[in-house]
Amino acid sequence: MATQTTKQPDVVTSVEVIDGHALRIPMFQLLDKDGKPHEGVTLPEIDKDLALKMFSTMQFIRVLDERMIAAQRQGRISFYLSSLGEEAASIGSAAALKFDDMIMGQYREQGSLAFRGFTIKQFMNQLFSNAEDLGKGRQMPVHYGCADLNFMTISSPLGTQIPQATGYAYGQKHEDSGLCTLVYFGEGAASEGDFHAGLNMASVLKVPAIFFCRNNGYAISTPISEQLAGDGIAPRGVGYGMKTIRVDGNDILAVYAATQEARRLAVEENEPVLIEAMSYRMAGHSTSDDPTGYRTRDEEQAWRDKCPLKRFRNYLLSKGWINEEDADAQQQEVKEAVLAALKEAEKVPVPHIDEIINDVYDTPTEQLKEQLEQLKEHVRKYPDAYPKTSEGVK
Amino acid sequence: MAKMNLLQAINSALDVAMAKNDKVTVFGEDVGHFGGVFRATSGLQEKYGRSRCFNTPLVEQGIIGFANGLASQGGLPVAEIQFGDYIFPAFDQIVNETAKFRYRSGNEFDVGGLTIRTPYGGGIHGGHYHSQSPEAYFAHTPGLKIVIPRNPYEAKGLLLSAIFDPNPVLFMEPKRMYRAAVGEVPEEEYTIPLGKAEVVKEGSDITLVGWGAQIEVIEKAAELAEKDGVSCEIIDLRSILPWDADTVAESVMKTGRLVISQEAPHTMAFGSEVAATIQEKAFLYLESPIARVSGLDTPYPLAHEKEYMADHLKTYEAIKRSLNY
Repeated sequence: MATQTTKQPDVVTSVEVIDGHALRIPMFQLLDKDGKPHEGVTLPEIDKDLALKMFSTMQFIRVLDERMIAAQRQGRISFYLSSLGEEAASIGSAAALKFDDMIMGQYREQGSLAFRGFTIKQFMNQLFSNAEDLGKGRQMPVHYGCADLNFMTISSPLGTQIPQATGYAYGQKHEDSGLCTLVYFGEGAASEGDFHAGLNMASVLKVPAIFFCRNNGYAISTPISEQLAGDGIAPRGVGYGMKTIRVDGNDILAVYAATQEARRLAVEENEPVLIEAMSYRMAGHSTSDDPTGYRTRDEEQAWRDKCPLKRFRNYLLSKGWINEEDADAQQQEVKEAVLAALKEAEKVPVPHIDEIINDVYDTPTEQLKEQLEQLKEHVRKYPDAYPKTSEGVK
Repeated sequence: MAKMNLLQAINSALDVAMAKNDKVTVFGEDVGHFGGVFRATSGLQEKYGRSRCFNTPLVEQGIIGFANGLASQGGLPVAEIQFGDYIFPAFDQIVNETAKFRYRSGNEFDVGGLTIRTPYGGGIHGGHYHSQSPEAYFAHTPGLKIVIPRNPYEAKGLLLSAIFDPNPVLFMEPKRMYRAAVGEVPEEEYTIPLGKAEVVKEGSDITLVGWGAQIEVIEKAAELAEKDGVSCEIIDLRSILPWDADTVAESVMKTGRLVISQEAPHTMAFGSEVAATIQEKAFLYLESPIARVSGLDTPYPLAHEKEYMADHLKTYEAIKRSLNY
């Protein structure tokens, strides 16, 4: 039988108004902006191999983002979404998970996917919508997905993945898998109804899910001050009766430690956790907007000084795990590898026209087969009008 | 008159409406200082203040729920949904609330002041979620009006009618034409009636029907057909709910043939309604089956966008098949 478990409130005899800002949630930080650990802190146990993997992934993503923004400007790809400035949030959190944990991204978490092992070639194939893209060239650039790497394919509509994460995690719990689901979203997407639905259901159903909000200050042009009036996203977790952590999203060690604790709570205690990672979107929302139209250079510079990559690099240098020369050389190598992969991927043709009707259902319907046949006949008649696929229908 | 593209014409309509009536407000994601992701609302916040043109939080169901409330209070809200593909969280507010507000209350309350603007359609490398043509979902909802302009002149006149129409209107803007379509547009107020189709071009051999960006496609197809000596009559429906069946039927009674060209996936697209109605109204005049040229019955693809689309060549082939039936 269901029971009414809401605690009976204490009684007061005069009107008691709780201030909307009564709950102030502090931000967990281990490294200062120069990469120096705060006095007396306990750093997470990260061995050299893992630290270097996290660092090289950050370097790779920085290079990939910068290169692909340029490629879009050159007209080589149609669109790009960068994660500049937010690399620590995605890579630090992915590093704290088990490989078999599910990750559901929004679209600014290429760092997590790279950490899981998505190759430069796989990135490029998706960005160029070519025949080797796992998504068969169907979605816009950056809508990655990879079942082998437990990374759910990205969907553009905002926040839809949040209640899905609750459902996925419920399945993981039901199977007693010892696994969890981590779902990313931005502070803008947290305004969507799906955010409320997903977090409330997770709390009620006690699922092993980690709701990872990248609070980067902007939803396209809309600053957080026009998005919400409360103290960010974190206090909402408390409203759902959910364990909540606010972390410096530009401090990869703090992100790692926070996610590690969230994972423990999720998997060992079936407690969903909300993490709010405070960061800044250094680039535009996408290559389709120009941030100079809605924010100041000074504001950008202030955040550039808190660069997560520089911070972690300084930490590793001080630890003696990297030296300047090797780090620079590695970055140069990555640049060359990215450029080579780009050149290769843009030569690969688009998927065969037959792919257009696959995966609408498990097998194409008779109607779809008929539509495909008509389409192929049409393309054969006008091969010059459909140059990307006409070769394949001869 | 001034040369305007479709975005400028929308902006001009909003400007005229806001200047005319203080109750007109414009809101949605990024529409404030930034002027919207397509810049349709550029300069309006500066001109009319933040209380009349403002950013909302990122929540489509909230935007339309808020707009319903504001309209029921007597306002004239013009709510923007950034892409038609993102309108679905607001589906409940539109279908169950906007459309039924008047009917369910016995006309005690209504949201007739509401206009919802949203860009729709493909051809911009937008993949699944920046390309769809979802008009048919809404055309299945009594109580809504649905308007889709084809060019800047039409856009301004129809939008002004929509804003001041005493019924809620879903105004769908062909984003492919935003900057591509340029034409002469009066700077002052003018209106074009809702629910009335326009014969864009007169002809005698075949009737071609479409709406929005598809009119450009149809015109290109007609040019090809004219070279074969075929005289095409082109009709822009302008409104698909309510729609002007009489103008189409009258044309088909003259030409005996009908091709409907539409961007949306084939099955249950609005062309199905046109075909069914016209065979009822003009059955004995038809000399060949009514043909529909549509998108494929698949999600809107990226790499195969060109192949997917109901383009001018597919429309031209349909014209030929109809004539050679």
